[in-house]
Amino acid sequence: MQTQKEEKEALAKEASDKVSTYGTDIDLEAFSAETDPHPYQEDLSAFSQTEQSQMLKAGVELTAKNRSGTFIQKDLSVVHASTSQDGIEVMDIEEALEKYDWFHQYWWKAVPVDMDKYTARAELHQEHGYFIRSLPGTSSIYPVQACLYMEEDNLAQDVHNVIIAERGSELHIITGCATAPHVKSGLHLGVSEFYIKKGAKITFTMIHNWVEGVAVRPRSATIVEEGGLFISNYVCMQPVGTLQTYPVAYLVGEGATARFNSILVATSGSVMDVGARVYLKSKGTRSEIISRAITTGGKIIARGHIIGEVPGIKAHLECKGLILTDEGMIHAVPELEGHRKDVDLSHEAAVGKIAQEEIEYLMARGLSQEEATATIVRGFLNVDIEGLPPELKAEMDRAVEVSEKSLL
Amino acid sequence: MAKKGNQADTKLLMIENLQVEVEGREILHHVDLEINQGETHVLFGPNGSGKTTLLMATMGFPDYQITGGRILFKGEDITSIPLNERANLGFGLSFQRPPTIKGVNMRQILEICGKGDKDVESMARSLDFDEFLDRDLNDGFSGGEIKRSELLQLMAQNPDFLLLDEPESGVDLENIALIGKVIEKLLERETVSQKGISRKELKREREKAGLIITHTGYILDYVDADIGHVIIAGEKCCEGNPREILKTIKEQGYDECVRCCGLNTGALSKDKEIRSN
Ligand SMILES: Nc1ncnc2c1ncn2[C@@H]1O[C@H](COP(=O)(O)OP(=O)(O)OP(=O)(O)O)[C@@H](O)[C@H]1O
Ligand SMILES: [Mg+2]
Repeated sequence: MQTQKEEKEALAKEASDKVSTYGTDIDLEAFSAETDPHPYQEDLSAFSQTEQSQMLKAGVELTAKNRSGTFIQKDLSVVHASTSQDGIEVMDIEEALEKYDWFHQYWWKAVPVDMDKYTARAELHQEHGYFIRSLPGTSSIYPVQACLYMEEDNLAQDVHNVIIAERGSELHIITGCATAPHVKSGLHLGVSEFYIKKGAKITFTMIHNWVEGVAVRPRSATIVEEGGLFISNYVCMQPVGTLQTYPVAYLVGEGATARFNSILVATSGSVMDVGARVYLKSKGTRSEIISRAITTGGKIIARGHIIGEVPGIKAHLECKGLILTDEGMIHAVPELEGHRKDVDLSHEAAVGKIAQEEIEYLMARGLSQEEATATIVRGFLNVDIEGLPPELKAEMDRAVEVSEKSLL
Repeated sequence: MAKKGNQADTKLLMIENLQVEVEGREILHHVDLEINQGETHVLFGPNGSGKTTLLMATMGFPDYQITGGRILFKGEDITSIPLNERANLGFGLSFQRPPTIKGVNMRQILEICGKGDKDVESMARSLDFDEFLDRDLNDGFSGGEIKRSELLQLMAQNPDFLLLDEPESGVDLENIALIGKVIEKLLERETVSQKGISRKELKREREKAGLIITHTGYILDYVDADIGHVIIAGEKCCEGNPREILKTIKEQGYDECVRCCGLNTGALSKDKEIRSN
């Protein structure tokens, strides 16, 4: 009989040329798959100033005391994994694979391995990734932080992450992806699978800090059981080459909830195709997908897709875009799909420039046109996120603030 | 600021022969209006007659295009200076229909109005509005709440010249009293007599001036306005004692103003009496 490993590999091989439904097709051969390993670093303060400051821009603060755990992968090497709270596990995914005989239950169970050539490549070329887990009843006092850092130019980084919140536990994660300043191009493929057990909660805040030439194709999915809660915040306000991601949440248990918030700023030359899709599969499930997109010259496709499969569910999609220059483009694609008569699905989409009336109102209070515009843009990006711990809110605010400065 | 002769010293605002177009249509025709330092004027007129247009054009909103005439403030021609500069010169406007600004909360706008050095919390408390500080600006505010929000912003701004567009419309009786008192204070018209200072002296020292649009005239119970004006179909047709004008409108309607407009000398002579007092 085929082992699971063999089975997945076979599927991946078959899918290795499968073009993704979304995003421009990327030539995987254009990137190198190997590089020299980086040494493990026990001491977080030993990271170089440049690394620290690049990571900080992605919300990962190496010297911070208020973190429950830290994981850092540089190129293809795990260079740090530690935790400071009992009941919270942070480790190299390879270690989890060896340590737990039940691990296969979470491997390629939320994301299909043969979804497209990127998932296939992640299976065939995968190099590490993180495993983060909160044991039953544990709450992470502080967020756990994880950073995927690209140091080598033109490298393909393929990681596979698994995040599990066991029954009644609570996990707050901040993950930042960043590149060294000298990196001109690269490919980042990240598979992330989230499992939220009965009554558990995960908040996942991801801040991306790429550079112009990087191609990014994350593939992630979440399965939420009864009464579970998943909050995903995605912030990408720095230039990127091409970014395409369409995370999915399956609300399988009664009363499960998923909320996706994304904040996108596309500068000239950036192409971002970002969405969120939620399947409401059980009674009383709820979902909200909110996106805020600003273009100062780049192209943004903001997708949202809600599928209501059973009666008594409620979900809302909100997609707002601001076009600050004529070079930019925003394409909002909100989709609602109801399969039963008793579903409550709604959406709100608006794309345009800043309302002149709002600018003038603030000018009547004494602000200059520029100040008024900045205030409104800041407000536009200020998404109120329920259930986000203050540390994460602060990180998000900071990421937004840093980018605003270059934006206005 | 350059002062231009004696006249300009007392004349805070002079609107001369003003013509205003909105969306290519002339709304105001040849409107004249003068407000001295320390004076409060009220503006009456039927719906759609151009009252809001006059306030918005005076404040400098670009959609209200001034096609003729000019506006002087403290003797300086401000007809073509931008909105925010007028705000910084001391103009403050409370809107009839302000926009909602998502993501900007009440607290932030008050900081903006007060240039960051006002006690926003206690100001809000004084208007019974502290619970609204974390709410987005005008987002889902009721009619009366909008009025209080507007006024609170003016409190923080503390302008020398207030333009109030129907500050009491849609406000319940209890809150009218609250709003009335705040406006009275903003216009430095509190009648609490201080020892050794006569009302006349108080009046002479008063710097704040205002132009208030009202339909109901309730505001006159709190602010003893000096002069009233009536605008009908974009023309100013009457200027006089605000209480008398209100009385006429209440008893005989604007029809009487229209009739009187044809022979408005009576109203104007009355005005001269008031001013010479
Ligand atoms: N933006 C606009 N576009 C088109 N017409 C406008 C616009 N703003 C004002 N008007 C028109 O100008 C006229 C005067 O409007 P204004 O708002 O000044 O009236 P008002 O006297 O304040 O009335 P109300 O008592 O109802 O507030 C109205 O006929 C109105 O429809
Ligand atoms: Mg009006």
